[in-house]
Amino acid sequence: MAIPLSWYLIVAAALFCIGFYGVLARRNAVAILMGVELMLNAVNINFLAFWRYVRPEEPLGQVFAIFVLAVAAAEAAVGLALIISIYRTRKTINIDNIDLLRG
Amino acid sequence: MTLILFAFLALIALAGGLGVVLSRNPVHSALSLLLNFASIAVIYFLLHAQFLGVVQVIVYAGAIVVLFLFVVMLIGGNIGPYRHGSRTVTSVIAVGLAAAFLALVVWSVVQVLPMSATPVGAPDAGSVQAVGMALYTDYLVPFELASLLLLVGMLGGVVLARRYQPFAEDETQ
Amino acid sequence: MDLSSIDLRAIGAWFHGLLISSGMSQTGIHVIEALVGALLLLIFGLTLVIFLIWLERKLAGRIQDRLGPNRVGPYGLLQTVADALKLLTKEDVTPLDADRVPYNLAPGLAVFHVIMALAVIPFSNRVIGADINVGVLYLMAVGAIGSMAALMAGWASNNKYALIGGFRVVAQLLSYEIPLVLAMIIPVMVSGTMRMNGLAVAQGSIFGFGWFVWTLPLAFLIFFVASLAEGERAPFDLLEAESEIVAGYNIEYSGMKFAWFFLAFFMNSWVLAAIGTTIFFGGWQGPFVDQLPALGVIYFLGKTMILFFVQAWVRATFPRLRIDQMMSFCWKFLVPMALVLFAAVAIILKLNLPQPLEAITLLVANVAILLTGVTLLGRTQRKALYAPKRAFTPTIPRL
Repeated sequence: MAIPLSWYLIVAAALFCIGFYGVLARRNAVAILMGVELMLNAVNINFLAFWRYVRPEEPLGQVFAIFVLAVAAAEAAVGLALIISIYRTRKTINIDNIDLLRG
Repeated sequence: MTLILFAFLALIALAGGLGVVLSRNPVHSALSLLLNFASIAVIYFLLHAQFLGVVQVIVYAGAIVVLFLFVVMLIGGNIGPYRHGSRTVTSVIAVGLAAAFLALVVWSVVQVLPMSATPVGAPDAGSVQAVGMALYTDYLVPFELASLLLLVGMLGGVVLARRYQPFAEDETQ
Repeated sequence: MDLSSIDLRAIGAWFHGLLISSGMSQTGIHVIEALVGALLLLIFGLTLVIFLIWLERKLAGRIQDRLGPNRVGPYGLLQTVADALKLLTKEDVTPLDADRVPYNLAPGLAVFHVIMALAVIPFSNRVIGADINVGVLYLMAVGAIGSMAALMAGWASNNKYALIGGFRVVAQLLSYEIPLVLAMIIPVMVSGTMRMNGLAVAQGSIFGFGWFVWTLPLAFLIFFVASLAEGERAPFDLLEAESEIVAGYNIEYSGMKFAWFFLAFFMNSWVLAAIGTTIFFGGWQGPFVDQLPALGVIYFLGKTMILFFVQAWVRATFPRLRIDQMMSFCWKFLVPMALVLFAAVAIILKLNLPQPLEAITLLVANVAILLTGVTLLGRTQRKALYAPKRAFTPTIPRL
């Protein structure tokens, strides 16, 4: 009746790859951040699945997942603030056009 | 029963993920992200991690997606080409890399893990008490560092998103 | 009929027996029972709203020296039914440029998040949808979905007033969620449980004297003010300020979809009152509830109705705030006070005082923090009031 551990891992891997594709292929900076969030979530599924199936007696996996949540929140806040300030000066959030540092 | 539920949730999560990266409208992307996060929260409940499931909804659905939507709406959903058609090379490479990575993970998982692995005991370890006890005793330093990170992130967000004002506010008073 | 034989568990047991006799599998029975429970809560919620809308309109009428609804049915009781029928027959308009999927999803989501909240509210010691061990957190999570629905509606309508309304909703709900959550966490700290039923049980010592509202009055006040804002109620109804942004995020909605938002609004107020009852007023606790468990439901509904009445009273009495006043009241007054109270309660609980002394210390700390906060607020307000005003403020060139 119980779900095998490998199913969780496969779902997490698929989500990670979707996020990975988003980060690589999208040109909108907001969409890239969303891809990063997808990848972080996939990592969290793995942490919790391993916690539940391998070491349920100590909540190490959950603690790690909470830290990932905190990092994701900080990343979204700073990333979106960066996007807003880039948009103010450059009037675009297309990453192909944000190339002021190019020589 | 659990299997059907899990398959259903996994499908929704994957559909949400695909919606995030494929939809042309950034607002739709953000809403797909919400769908994805919600189904992942229910998957956490299946894993008996009730605390994290609820926190997932509070942090992601309540804060991060709202933040994304706010920024998208502030910038204007339709400004700029959200997805240009002509970027085939990068797209193909990205799909190739993602598929290769997925194949690698699935292959290794199938090779290494027995398909019949079952969870071992302790269904109460996902409760608030257990997580809180661990966070505030064994992992206190990382926890404080995480709070510091959030504080720095908050300050950084405020400073970066503030409008540049060359004249200080005191001069008017 | 013997009164003490009325036991709500008997109905459940009878239903369970009926299902077993029909020869279904264990999982099938479990699923059906869960579905029936959910359906009961849904029906209860939806019928309750009809009464709540009538009650609120009648109360507002009396308070403002009007009659209120009095045409349809005795005392106007059927007015809401008539309104619902009217809304049902209205044309369902979707703006041409609307973003269709979120536009149609938003009213459903708005009702959904309130109904979800009903699942963890203990109507009585046994009558509770799901007594999960993260009940309070679950309520916060469900509440977060509500602001999502308003934002979706505001965006998808493709109307500038709706969009401004949606932004205001998010700003208001996210800001006031912080004092609300801090105030809800304080009783959780005192009782040491996050189960909603556990919170109600923890307040059951002597009739009414164990309620957290006596030992933590400031926490209740913060909770109540924040719940007025969370329920989008009158001093804080900036999101539908008719004189400023016409009607807020639901301006483009008509017919049944508008009715759903309306329903969600009243349900939300009632659910917030129910949460307040459970956390601060002992929930279903009351005299003779141990002998007669069915009384718990009556006590709970009665207390909730009283809180709802106070909400409606405030709504009918006070004028609307300005948006900057509302935000600075939250961030500069409620949040700091809630944080100080939180720290004070944590320290007092760590002192491990004997029981009556601990309650008295908590009460003293609450009152002291409240008085200090109000004094400081009054002083700064007076300073702002008498500060010399300039007739002309030069505009600063902005880059």
